[in-house]
Amino acid sequence: MAEFLRFEEITKTFGDLRAVDNVSLSVNKGEFFSLLGPSGCGKTTLLRLTAGFEQPDSGRIYLNGQDITNLPPHKRKVNTIFQNYALFPHLSVWENIAFGLRVAKRPMREIKDEVARMLSLIQMTEQAQKKPAQLSGGQKQRVAIARALINKPQVLLLDEPLAALDLKLRQRMLIELDLIHDEVGITFLYVTHDQGEAMSLSDRIAVMHLGKIEQIGAPAQLYEAPRNSFVAAFIGDTNFFEGRVAGKASGDYSKLNIEGFPDVLCFNDKQINEGELVYLSVRPEKFRVSRDKPEGNGLHNVVPGRVEDVVYLGTHTKYWVRVQDYRISVYQQHSRFLLDEKTIRWNDDVWVSWHADDGFMLEYYSESDEKLMELPPEGVGSLSAPPEGRTEEA
Amino acid sequence: MRHSRIPLFTTLAIIFVFYLPIMVLVVNSFNDSRFGGNWGGFTLKWYARLLEEQQIWEAVWNTLLIAVGATLVSMVLGTAAGFALHRFQSRLQRLHFALIYTPLVIPDILMGMSLLLLFVALNVELGLMTIFLAHVTFCISYVAMVILARFQDFDFSVIEAAQDLGANWWGATWRVLLPLLAPGIAAGGLLAFTLSLDDFVISFFVAGPGSTTLPIRIYSMIKHGYPPLINALSTILLLVTFAAVTLSQHLSRSYQKK
Repeated sequence: MAEFLRFEEITKTFGDLRAVDNVSLSVNKGEFFSLLGPSGCGKTTLLRLTAGFEQPDSGRIYLNGQDITNLPPHKRKVNTIFQNYALFPHLSVWENIAFGLRVAKRPMREIKDEVARMLSLIQMTEQAQKKPAQLSGGQKQRVAIARALINKPQVLLLDEPLAALDLKLRQRMLIELDLIHDEVGITFLYVTHDQGEAMSLSDRIAVMHLGKIEQIGAPAQLYEAPRNSFVAAFIGDTNFFEGRVAGKASGDYSKLNIEGFPDVLCFNDKQINEGELVYLSVRPEKFRVSRDKPEGNGLHNVVPGRVEDVVYLGTHTKYWVRVQDYRISVYQQHSRFLLDEKTIRWNDDVWVSWHADDGFMLEYYSESDEKLMELPPEGVGSLSAPPEGRTEEA
Repeated sequence: MRHSRIPLFTTLAIIFVFYLPIMVLVVNSFNDSRFGGNWGGFTLKWYARLLEEQQIWEAVWNTLLIAVGATLVSMVLGTAAGFALHRFQSRLQRLHFALIYTPLVIPDILMGMSLLLLFVALNVELGLMTIFLAHVTFCISYVAMVILARFQDFDFSVIEAAQDLGANWWGATWRVLLPLLAPGIAAGGLLAFTLSLDDFVISFFVAGPGSTTLPIRIYSMIKHGYPPLINALSTILLLVTFAAVTLSQHLSRSYQKK
């Protein structure tokens, strides 16, 4: 695929703050690309640089081969959907949508046809004469989308477009956005702090943190093979283990030495050398807990532990299993009827197992990233304390 | 339940001191008797007599000319000043704000006096032009303050949205900023209009021969002693001012409801 929107070594500072720090990035034509990160990570600044509301301190931005770095906003073939929609309160829905074409002084006939087409796309033909103040949140959102799309932008920029909506509406707009993207085939650059939105909509995601890009990849790639502890902890929950590479096993697998554990087998695609300190990340749902020691085919890791906490959540159950110095978080379905017809309860001795491919060695690790996850505080039975929410943290 | 009587007395005192004289004036403008002391029956003859007073019509014309001119100019300059004060960041902004705000608190007599000295020093002939300039100086401040208040809850992302949709600076200003500010500009303009209309002190200082405004004319009529005519004239002036202020209030309120 041809790269369409390209950022080349972009840096933008506000006073002492490096909002965007030497970022290079390419977005393909027609792609749904998300910038994901906590607030203050520079994602919105990168979007505003693309729209032309800010100028980078250094670096260039190319759109479709053209250097647009110094073009004013009204000369760029990009349109933005603002977080608060920024509809014109003094204009009707029809006039809001027609704004771009009117400014471009297009013939009235064309404007009428195009606006009518947009109104039917967003299913708001009936509300054409209403003012924005008379619309619901979801309707405002749709008008903002139509207003931006009518200009046939080369890239549509979306700045947390669903943040102001309530949960039910957000889920519906999520589907609508996806449908609209499929229908118009325009490149979408989507900014969000919500990993769920980014995962469900995007072709690719760039995870940003402190002005830098931590990792770019497809949603599954980021989730299954996070490069570092920030990505692992920001997208979904995980468990971190500290260990040393003890030696090679068969194929691309290495043996890890984790204190108190038997030798742990792990896929070593990064070719980390023997003796080096590594951090292993294993997602909670990749673990299995069972009362009987499971039979493995040699690629399964099995360690004994004791259940410290059980949280029943309907679709799945969360277990906290103590294994030596670690409290492993495990999500498991079907907890009611195991082979021995007995549920796993608090204080049971269990076996925790996972496949060698489900553990990932991180390129680097920061202890502060553990705070990103919704971990309950240490200490048994203190679940009443509110967990540190990811969104609040962001 | 026992209520304190203090609010009642305060209200009565305010009515007695502030509004009773005005009411007496309005009533007397319909009084057939030449002297206000006794009621001589209802009449509109004072209003009819007003129509014949050539000098009064001249003063009305002067006053309107100055008020309309000063209002229009201060609407443009005041809006620009309010915008600049809100939008730009500079270490000098506090000073700029002080410069705009000060005319609101400076005593009229000081402003009139200093402007007169300035005009004399510059050898400017006193007349309609000097009154107009003097009125513009304080009207700008009022318009700028009203606009500045409007900007407090103004969301500038709509301006960015307009630019994003292809409007250049002028297009965004003309199609979005000004329409959204219009009620504020109109409210500020009406305020400026009423202030210019009944300004006496400053006008008195900088007026020249042939540039008598209505308030100055009324003042001289009192000296020459023909109260019933003044009553009628003042009543009309009161109505006009009241209408303008009401309209101005209505404009600001209807904007806030949105």
